[in-house]
Amino acid sequence: MKRDYTIKHAGDCGVTVEFENIISECVNQQVIQLKIALEQAAIKGMGEMIPTYRALLIQYNPLMLPYKELETGIVKAMDCMEDVTSQSSKVYIIPVYYGEAYGPDLGTVAKHNGISEEEVIQIHTSRDYRIYMLGFTPGFPYLGGMDARIETPRLEKPRTKIDAGSVGIAGAQTGIYPIDSPGGWQIIGRTPLKLFDRDKPNPILLEAGAYIRFKPVGLKVYAAIAADVEKGTYVPETVLTKGEA
Amino acid sequence: MTKLKVVNPGMYSTIQDLGRKSYQQYGMPVAGSMDDYAHRVANLLVGNAAEATVIEQTALGGVYQFTEKAVISITGGDMMPKRNGEESLKMWRTLVMHPGDTLSFGAAQNGFRCYLAVAGGFDVPTVLKSKATYVRGGLGGFEGRILKKGDEIAIGASTFVPMDLAGRFVRVSKIPTYEEQVTLHVILGPQEDCFTRKGIADFFGNVYTVSGESDRMGYRLEGEKVAHVSSADIISDGIIRGAVQIPGHGNPIIMLSDCQTTGGYTKIAHVITSDLWKVAQLKAGNCIRFKAVDIETAHELLKEEANIYREIEAEFDQYRIEGYQALAEQMS
Repeated sequence: MKRDYTIKHAGDCGVTVEFENIISECVNQQVIQLKIALEQAAIKGMGEMIPTYRALLIQYNPLMLPYKELETGIVKAMDCMEDVTSQSSKVYIIPVYYGEAYGPDLGTVAKHNGISEEEVIQIHTSRDYRIYMLGFTPGFPYLGGMDARIETPRLEKPRTKIDAGSVGIAGAQTGIYPIDSPGGWQIIGRTPLKLFDRDKPNPILLEAGAYIRFKPVGLKVYAAIAADVEKGTYVPETVLTKGEA
Repeated sequence: MTKLKVVNPGMYSTIQDLGRKSYQQYGMPVAGSMDDYAHRVANLLVGNAAEATVIEQTALGGVYQFTEKAVISITGGDMMPKRNGEESLKMWRTLVMHPGDTLSFGAAQNGFRCYLAVAGGFDVPTVLKSKATYVRGGLGGFEGRILKKGDEIAIGASTFVPMDLAGRFVRVSKIPTYEEQVTLHVILGPQEDCFTRKGIADFFGNVYTVSGESDRMGYRLEGEKVAHVSSADIISDGIIRGAVQIPGHGNPIIMLSDCQTTGGYTKIAHVITSDLWKVAQLKAGNCIRFKAVDIETAHELLKEEANIYREIEAEFDQYRIEGYQALAEQMS
């Protein structure tokens, strides 16, 4: 398959490889696959990569790796990518307690869309969301494609503090707050999982290219998971699914 | 254990190394010293690894007290360092602090950020493979925050040989002068196509002023607005230090050490790595001109910078201040 991409400079220690200028799972999958191919190539002098919706930012040390060699490495990796087929993708199951104190805006979302709160939960949990990239704050997942039936504008007046783990809706987007932060999203529930835990060797729970599936839980289950998370014994539930790319 | 007591923290002082580079893909900013050159040279002087921790002070320096003897160096912007409130101390050389000595700094007379290194480095926990303070995230450095009165920072063990460190100094030719008007060399792109021809010409043809809303995250500039062809927004992509973003308002923002890792504004250019220290030493009201260079030139300049570090180390052995033997005795 001939791929359409361009390599551009992002300063003297970075390049960005850009794919088609749209938000799509297929384009994003190419970004992820290029990242994997470059990781496998282990080119000396290459630094950390930042995968985003449709571009891969690659940092490098020009004193160790001349630009031309990096470029050759990228082109080669691009050829190898066809071997890196993604047979399956990881889906993280995110337990959520919806409504009440943990989801103060669940009613607003229901009312705005003329449906019941139960329907909001049912729709919100009925599909897998792709993690296109992480950014904004450590561990924050930019998720794809929420059902239009629960789209709701942001709060007119943002809250000064939203608790870590809060699950929200902003327009056509859904997301989870990894750390306490101010924000204007409609908060519909909360997960006891920690998306960002600085005390862990791998502090970030999620990764770009994987998927999220929300699962409604009751207060008892929520509390039990929260206790295990606090003890550091909770292993996040994951399943594999056939990738749509 | 030798400690540095913070008597007065100054305006905004943090412990920094050269940054937390392994977690940008998860949204974690790099942090780290703003002026790499001053950071590295401060460490070379006291025999540390170049990336060892230092204290970065901004605009107005602090007052510190040493519990034990320590070998230090001070580089970067000139904050008029003094020993025990009276004796003026020279920068860009090794100094011996005695037990109970206070080290005080004033307002930056020249430049904006001043660096304090100590032989052995500041001993703070490693968080996510780095000791750099990321204040917004509350992690790294000393308790994840700016220094405050009463903090006691442990100084790491150092196995230096006094005769090696005594009398070391950086020759004048390698001490930067911090100008209030600088030319920053940039590599154009990657979103240069999003700007009108006039927009690009304005960016390179005008002088921009550093606004008061500038910090470790980014320097906001004011001046001739840079016009977009249509939209200032792109599908969010990765951001690294040095990126020059132009949001819808048309004023450039230079992204720096604490910048977020992704963003949705057009990037007209990137400041080359060997010019970033110049930005770190600018304060509100100072002026910037941008000048485009090609990638080959940028890489040549980076090589030159690497050579300067090698030369500085070689010169430590060639030149010493007079009477350094006596200083070595004080260090022992």
